[in-house]
Amino acid sequence: MSKSNSNMDAISKPLATLGRSVLFFAQILGSFRPDLKQLRAILGQVYFIGARSLVIIMISGFFVGMVLTLQSYVELSKFGATDSVGAVLALSLFRELGPVLTALLFSGRAGTSIAAEIGLMKATEQLSAMELMAIDPVKRVIVPRFIAGVISLPLLSMLFNLLAVAGGAAYAIYIMGIDSGIFWGNMVASVEFQSDFMMSFWKSLAFGIITSFVAVFSGYFTTPTGDGIGRATTQTVVVSAVAVLIVDFLITALMTWT
Amino acid sequence: MSEDLIKLTDLSFAWGEKVILKNINLSVPRGSVVAIMGPSGVGKTTVMRLITGQWVPTSGTVEVAGQCVSSMSHKNLYKMRRNIGVLLQNGALFTDLDVFENVAVPVREHTNLPEALIRRLVLIKLESVGLRGAVDLMPSELSGGMARRVALARASVLDPSLMLYDEPLAGLDPIGASTILRLIRDTNDAMEMTSVVITHSVEDMMELADYAYIIASQSIVGEGTPEELRQNTDPRIVQFLNGAIDGPVPFHYPADDLHQDLLG
Ligand SMILES: Nc1ncnc2c1ncn2[C@@H]1O[C@H](COP(=O)(O)OP(=O)(O)O)[C@@H](O)[C@H]1O
Ligand SMILES: [Mg+2]
Repeated sequence: MSKSNSNMDAISKPLATLGRSVLFFAQILGSFRPDLKQLRAILGQVYFIGARSLVIIMISGFFVGMVLTLQSYVELSKFGATDSVGAVLALSLFRELGPVLTALLFSGRAGTSIAAEIGLMKATEQLSAMELMAIDPVKRVIVPRFIAGVISLPLLSMLFNLLAVAGGAAYAIYIMGIDSGIFWGNMVASVEFQSDFMMSFWKSLAFGIITSFVAVFSGYFTTPTGDGIGRATTQTVVVSAVAVLIVDFLITALMTWT
Repeated sequence: MSEDLIKLTDLSFAWGEKVILKNINLSVPRGSVVAIMGPSGVGKTTVMRLITGQWVPTSGTVEVAGQCVSSMSHKNLYKMRRNIGVLLQNGALFTDLDVFENVAVPVREHTNLPEALIRRLVLIKLESVGLRGAVDLMPSELSGGMARRVALARASVLDPSLMLYDEPLAGLDPIGASTILRLIRDTNDAMEMTSVVITHSVEDMMELADYAYIIASQSIVGEGTPEELRQNTDPRIVQFLNGAIDGPVPFHYPADDLHQDLLG
């Protein structure tokens, strides 16, 4: 590497990171082989991620559902429209809050531990040892975690939505006393499969790719020290959150305009 | 066909502006145990990473079994490495796998042996390092010496023709150290391997090695059989062998700028 002054660094560093991300992403896709070894590793990782995230996703979903219902009930009652509380709940969940909040929780819980785990494997030379055993660490360590994350996020997001609807329904029907037939009827009538339900799916898939990639990237390219691992986990959460929110807007804009 | 399994020719390596190795010429004959010695931070591990093709020399060539390592494709590099066993400085065991699974990793990856055979192979290797009884332990439950021996079993489980040991004795008590030394010599002779042992400890190596190189200040300052080295009167070699702190070879290496190197 040649000498570079700080002005150059301000431009060249982000560019270098961007270039490195693109190459790494291509390398991950190129190393994806759905053979038995990799599939088994992916399943194992899905299980790990599930075990790490299920409880917080479920609890958060339930409470978000309740608070959404409570908030919209207060506003809707001003117009005497409290019957649509189920519709408001489902639409805001499927279109926005389900995928976004799940992605944020996912990167905070599973993403950070993936980044830390990979960073630690790097710091303790486990990744280097694999290379020396002629085992490609991208194939054996990175790909399973990345693919598992991409698979898990839509599933977790669905679970989040389910629990949030349950939480909202419980609140509306048992505490607010809304008729359960009206609640569910309004909800089902207002949700459209293509624009709402599938929007939820596409978003969570995109967020799955983003958060999983940021996690494996941060871990794999971290400075192999305790401090470096700490920075990798922080970076995972911050970069994931910002990227998810930006992409959320882009997908929403794209899907509403077309 | 040359008799040398490893041959470094006019090899130089630098991190940016910082030259680590300069004009290294070194060869390792088949079947021998060759030691690479030198003070900490002089670039011994670097030599190992150049031999395995993890790093690429700034100039010069690395040949293993007559093939140039630095110009190999990714695929050929990985093929070559299947024939090399490496014991890293800290063992680098996989922390999420128990002892058995650690040793089984290369077997599972590179062969399609049935489970019963894998079990036999792994247990035989563990027996040879005296740790068959530790088969169910996790790496965190092992002492430093035990971890080193498990790593040794893992590195040699597929009977490679070349073994590289990076500081195999560092941090071990005298008994642990002599156990490892004996294992290195025994595996080398029994399996007709070639071994490269990297170390900064002089005494043990002079016992073990057939031939030794001493690296100091970026280049090789001495080489020969242990006997030749002992008789050598070059003050730099005498200084190293006697462990004198001050002498013609400055033992204080310039402070490294790893941080800036990595970010810059
Ligand atoms: N990634 C790196 N970037 C810059 N310098 C490095 C890097 N890795 C090692 N070095 C430097 O290379 C030199 C040789 O390191 P090494 O081969 O590990 O020494 P040894 O194994 O002989 O103790 C050291 O001075 C070290 O600071
Ligand atoms: Mg070293």
